[in-house]
Amino acid sequence: MVFQYAFFQNALMAGILAAIACGVIGSYVVVKRLVFISGGISHAAFGGIGLGLFLGYNPLLTAILFSVFSSSILGVISKKAYQREDTLIGAMWAIGMAFGIFMIYQTPGYVPDLASYLFGNILTVSQNDILIMIVLNIIIGLIVFLRYNEFLAFSFDEEFSEVTNVPVMKTYIVLLSLVALTVVVLVSVVGIILAMALLTLPAATSSLFTNSLKKMIVFSTSIGVAYMILGIGMSFIMNQPSGATIVLVSGISYLGLLGIKSMIKKS
Amino acid sequence: MKQEIVKLENVSFDYGDHRVLENINLTVYDDDFLGIIGPNGGGKSTLLKLILGLINPTDGTILLFNKAPREGRKYVGYVPQYSLVDRNFPINVEQVVLSGRIRYTDFLRRYSEKDRKIAEKAMNIMGIENLRDTQIGKLSGGQLQRGLIARALATEPRLLLLDEPTSNIDVQAETGFYDFLHELSEEMAIILVTHDTGAISSHVKTIGCINKTLHYHGEKNIPPKVFEKLYGCPIELIGHGIPHRVLKEHDD
Repeated sequence: MVFQYAFFQNALMAGILAAIACGVIGSYVVVKRLVFISGGISHAAFGGIGLGLFLGYNPLLTAILFSVFSSSILGVISKKAYQREDTLIGAMWAIGMAFGIFMIYQTPGYVPDLASYLFGNILTVSQNDILIMIVLNIIIGLIVFLRYNEFLAFSFDEEFSEVTNVPVMKTYIVLLSLVALTVVVLVSVVGIILAMALLTLPAATSSLFTNSLKKMIVFSTSIGVAYMILGIGMSFIMNQPSGATIVLVSGISYLGLLGIKSMIKKS
Repeated sequence: MKQEIVKLENVSFDYGDHRVLENINLTVYDDDFLGIIGPNGGGKSTLLKLILGLINPTDGTILLFNKAPREGRKYVGYVPQYSLVDRNFPINVEQVVLSGRIRYTDFLRRYSEKDRKIAEKAMNIMGIENLRDTQIGKLSGGQLQRGLIARALATEPRLLLLDEPTSNIDVQAETGFYDFLHELSEEMAIILVTHDTGAISSHVKTIGCINKTLHYHGEKNIPPKVFEKLYGCPIELIGHGIPHRVLKEHDD
């Protein structure tokens, strides 16, 4: 059985850890409509990966620092600069990626496989990566658990929260930083380009079935785990790339359920 | 002794190069029930945002309960336009109302027994206690608005600030709504802004008109000339819940 192999156990473990982070943070991305800014954060994270490879550190560690930093900048400029927010996000998106590619080409000697960072390669996940993912999951879970009511009030009505003196800018930056950490958890599983899919699809699927944010978080975590197991299993059996298979499984399931739900509603 | 709760002195606000408000002077007292009317784009929402300290004036000074707006707004219950609320958001009525108490929560943002009691009372006042578990997307417009007012009341305000509270509400419901506000105005000051010149005049104590500049003299009667200037067309202001008539100008 494949379950005996360490690489497969690591793959499954990474998939489940990614599903937990996505279920929690993806719910906020969907209800607070942070999809586009999350796209910017995840692509900018590539700059951190390039930096890590150049400096010779674990790229996930440099990606953490780099993406938390860039998401904080994004948070501030999208609120403070009286510019079109989507233009600024697009600029950060491209600059981050370009910086990553630039740094990788400065790296002497062996140029690592870019595709595994862009599209993920769950079968090469190391024990160290798993450890980083566990720590990030604990941080994400703890902050959301402790600030649940604040995140809820903020996400529902930012303006009213500001009037009641919730530190709106701080809350926003913390939330975006959690998106950044989730992206890092996702890098080795689906890669930064496909990260958006897992930040949105499990949460969007669960939003079809519940009207409570708490339940949405629990549901989308479970749905994410199911998507992961199904996707990893299928990619292994059919010998297809894992990241793409997971995303296809998630996307087709979501669209299918959405179609079924709207048909039930009509009839 | 009447107390000044809102005071704007020579306030102007520019958005980019565009002057939205010019030289606004306004004093509101703690027993006022003020309606501010003006056309869309006339600066009504900007005025509310300035009072709430969400934006800063380009010129002039604003005092809210004799403090800077960011300080003084803790005494203000803000009711935003309910039509701007995201109806798909997974939140129920009780959670919305409770969020009015978030300022008073501990460092983990947990609501206390007292917070729940105050939220409960606010829901009772608004008659929505049996909707507490209902997700906001399943409410009617009027119910959602009552939820937002309950949230504002849960902050235990001394001033209630309402943005376009009667848009998309039918005339009958509108009259009932104003009767309710009238009762509430015994306990707190109220400022509401609206582009609707309909029933407002017969229910509020004083009226101001805003379109870049503010006409406010602490009275209820507005000279027709002021209206004409504001809306760019002659409008008859009729009280007693009848919507206003817009008189078409002759071409010749």
